Amino acid sequence: MKLTRRALIKANAAASAAALAGVNLSVSATNLIASSDETKIKWDKAPCRFCGTGCSVLVGTQDGRVVATQGDPEAPVNKGLNCVKGYFLSKIMYGKDRLTTPLLRMKNGQYDKDGDFAPVSWDQAFDVMADKWKAALKAKGATSVGMFGSGQWTVMEGYAASKLMKAGFRSNNIDPNARHCMASAVGGFMRTFGIDEPMGCYDDFEHADAFVLWGSNMAEMHPILWTRLTDRRLSHPHVRVSVLSTFKHRSFELADNEIVFTPQTDLAIANYIANYIIETDAVNWEFVNKHTHFKRATTDIGYGLRNEHPMQKAAANPNSGKMHPMTFEEYKASVAEYSVEKVSQLSGVSEEKLITLAKLYADPKTKVMSLWTMGMNQHTRGVWMNSLVYNIHLLVGKISQPGNSPFSLTGQPSACGTAREVGTFSHRLPADLVVTKKEHRDIAEKIWKLPEGTIPAKPGFHAVEQHRRLKDGDMNAYWVMCNNNMQAAPNLMEEGLPGYRNPENFIVCSDPYPTVTAQAADLILPTAMWVEKEGAYGNAERRTQAWYQQVKPIEGAKSDLWQLLEFSKRFNIEDVWPEDLLASMPEYRGKTVYDVLYRNQQVDAFPLSEAQELNDDARDQGFYVQKGLFEEYAAFGRGHGHDLAPYDRYHQERGLRWPVVNGKETQWRFAEGSDPYVEKGTGFQFYGKPDNKANIIFAPYEQPPEVPNEEYDLWLCTGRVLEHWHSGTMTRRVPELYRAVPDALCYIHPEDAAKRNLRRGDEVLIESVRGEVRCRVETRGRNRPPEGLVFVPWFDARVLINKVTLDATDPLSKQTDFKKCAVKISKV
Amino acid sequence: MKQVLIALLVTGALYSLPVQSTEVANIENVNNGGVASLRGITELDTTRKADPMKRVEKDRSPIDRDYVYQPPLIPHQTRHYEVSLNANKCLSCHSWKYAGEMGATKISVTHYQSREGQVLSDVSPRRYFCLQCHVTQADAAPLVENEFKRVDSLR
Repeated sequence: MKLTRRALIKANAAASAAALAGVNLSVSATNLIASSDETKIKWDKAPCRFCGTGCSVLVGTQDGRVVATQGDPEAPVNKGLNCVKGYFLSKIMYGKDRLTTPLLRMKNGQYDKDGDFAPVSWDQAFDVMADKWKAALKAKGATSVGMFGSGQWTVMEGYAASKLMKAGFRSNNIDPNARHCMASAVGGFMRTFGIDEPMGCYDDFEHADAFVLWGSNMAEMHPILWTRLTDRRLSHPHVRVSVLSTFKHRSFELADNEIVFTPQTDLAIANYIANYIIETDAVNWEFVNKHTHFKRATTDIGYGLRNEHPMQKAAANPNSGKMHPMTFEEYKASVAEYSVEKVSQLSGVSEEKLITLAKLYADPKTKVMSLWTMGMNQHTRGVWMNSLVYNIHLLVGKISQPGNSPFSLTGQPSACGTAREVGTFSHRLPADLVVTKKEHRDIAEKIWKLPEGTIPAKPGFHAVEQHRRLKDGDMNAYWVMCNNNMQAAPNLMEEGLPGYRNPENFIVCSDPYPTVTAQAADLILPTAMWVEKEGAYGNAERRTQAWYQQVKPIEGAKSDLWQLLEFSKRFNIEDVWPEDLLASMPEYRGKTVYDVLYRNQQVDAFPLSEAQELNDDARDQGFYVQKGLFEEYAAFGRGHGHDLAPYDRYHQERGLRWPVVNGKETQWRFAEGSDPYVEKGTGFQFYGKPDNKANIIFAPYEQPPEVPNEEYDLWLCTGRVLEHWHSGTMTRRVPELYRAVPDALCYIHPEDAAKRNLRRGDEVLIESVRGEVRCRVETRGRNRPPEGLVFVPWFDARVLINKVTLDATDPLSKQTDFKKCAVKISKV
Repeated sequence: MKQVLIALLVTGALYSLPVQSTEVANIENVNNGGVASLRGITELDTTRKADPMKRVEKDRSPIDRDYVYQPPLIPHQTRHYEVSLNANKCLSCHSWKYAGEMGATKISVTHYQSREGQVLSDVSPRRYFCLQCHVTQADAAPLVENEFKRVDSLR
């Protein structure tokens, strides 16, 4: 049965390839693509390695190497298209400097923090690593070990890692790089709806009459979704596009309403729109009365800086996420102060533009899709801001219907699937469970067959806190996997680098390539990537997609999953659990952590014979490890609004959107008729909350922590570019992508350049009170900042712009605001 | 030892420029251990001199592709080419109507299909923003050699 299905899938992939080539092949005629065995290309599907859009690609392999890729015409997400990064996926694994052996800092044949890197075997690497972990656990306990993972981990890798940390080492110090990009979105979802991830889906693009981008440059960062939005706008002339940002970028090319606002004033703009809706009597009372509550947020909550920072001390309610009930009249009075005159003055946006924007939401006949990414999430009031946009949609009842859709986009391929759904955050467990609730820990411990009390109740260190704790010497054994956080994290000079190089600490970096993070680490582990392993990703519309391994990893490299499991074999359960815990399950005595966590008759329930012939991870463990991990993980969500299909099904589909109930995916959650969890006759049920009602949460405009002054007179905003993925470690090794955008430039307004006697291409020093970089200025091109603001992308390891950025976070989500700090610029 | 290891790690890799540093901040213990990243071997706390500004290559003949569905690279500069709600400068040479006359590469037939696969009489709006897939090339030597290999029939 399995083989037949497999053969069918392969044939389908080949037929798709042929269809795209304009050749109409029957399934049995696939060999027509190639005339002989020597020139035959094997085609199979895989999700793209890059962003959260989740395009499917067809990967062509020959003689154990990827020789071609193309957009998958069968995939509902992208229907045959890719962006330029996606089209060059075929080259990302073949940079000449792929790591092929573990490298350890050594002096005189021994590990030494000041030593130079030298090749060691995997055994030596894990020996040293396990020694360091055991020493830290013994000296300071479980909070002294930590892990920084990724929204680019496969679902199974994230799940295995989370289990290893939270149940094995009994440390909640695991956080994903998705903390930098999605945490505020999660916070907004949980506060407003009580359940994470968008209610709508990408089908909304084909139904909306208006699109509002609230701090998202989709044209570059979600290019394939931008093709769907463009398609809708250009094919249907009534459709309108509004783009809000602190500077003009490529998405403005399609904008009907261009809105450049003063940083942080998006809070005021959102409240103005709510005010406009109330003032013009556009509230959908039936919806509001039946499905919502009004709440107000606790204010003056600080900026997520170190506790001793004066701004934290000055805050009245630091880090408080407490909400208080309020009446509609009180809510109305709260937003009333956000008049068009006042908000126009504060934001620098004309009254006319603000009114045009508000009308889209207020007009009951206009279906509106709001979209946002980092502009709203990387924001010291990001959680508030997410909810303020939901407020608008809830007031007019424009939600959970085709085209009416507040849509939080994700940055990474599995930020949703791995970081959020698996719960690799320092406070989370799978399926929206959290470590702070006893009943949630009980559920996890039961599914994992572990004694009560295994999982610690206190949240671990989040991303920014991890660097602070490394610097302070509180956390001493640290594993960074599947990301490049030395380049990505804020305030490199004051926190990240001193943390990694603190002589008390041992830092391990797993990556396919030598990165900036690897250069700061003590042990580097060579890692297999993408189609060198089997895996699954979850995209921004709740779509879970799986792929098979398609080539052998480069010699010497091993997957993150293999590394996690092999490392767990180095620990006896007695090394990591106290006696009282062991006493409650004495049958685990004498076993390894690996045995307890992964040989539990669940993870190892599926035999090797069910796996593909080419599946190194399964072969190394002796069972179908990806399926076992997936199925155990899926037990958390089935029957609880997070239902996943049986694992095998994902290999036959171009993904399915959860909840998948009775074999059917869900397009619009919370809506009767679309979501199987909504009861008949209710219309809508926001079932993440106990009474099925969503919260409309008032929060005011509050100032950002650092604003330009006389000396540091410019705003700095950082971000990404179309041609490079995140820190550029893959895409900058593809010559065509490197040549397309070779260096990070400082985009600056021509007047600001002239004031500093700068011409295009001049070298400048960009300084904040924390650090400095040198790069060249660009006065034209794709990004056009207003006077007073500069934009510098962070993909360039030669221009480490995070030396300059501030590690202020949203106090609730702990996500860094990479979009606002104060800098000065001078000619070199 | 350091030098040997660098050579070992980046054999054949072309790191484009020698490292030039200006200022070193004061963080204890910073040492890349001889491993080169895309930054080269400049220490992480060093403020690195900016690389020269690259120029986009001027008109040249079409650039070879490595596999069938690789989008063609743009073999010319695109400065001041407007592609917006109002105009698409690229189509004024590359559309089927003008390509012959302008001596430009004709856009692919795939671009005349809707999302649902229906063949259209003009370029599909989903393909409107050309620069999402087609990019210019600067006069820059790769940072690292890429060992991707074409299939035999394209070699």
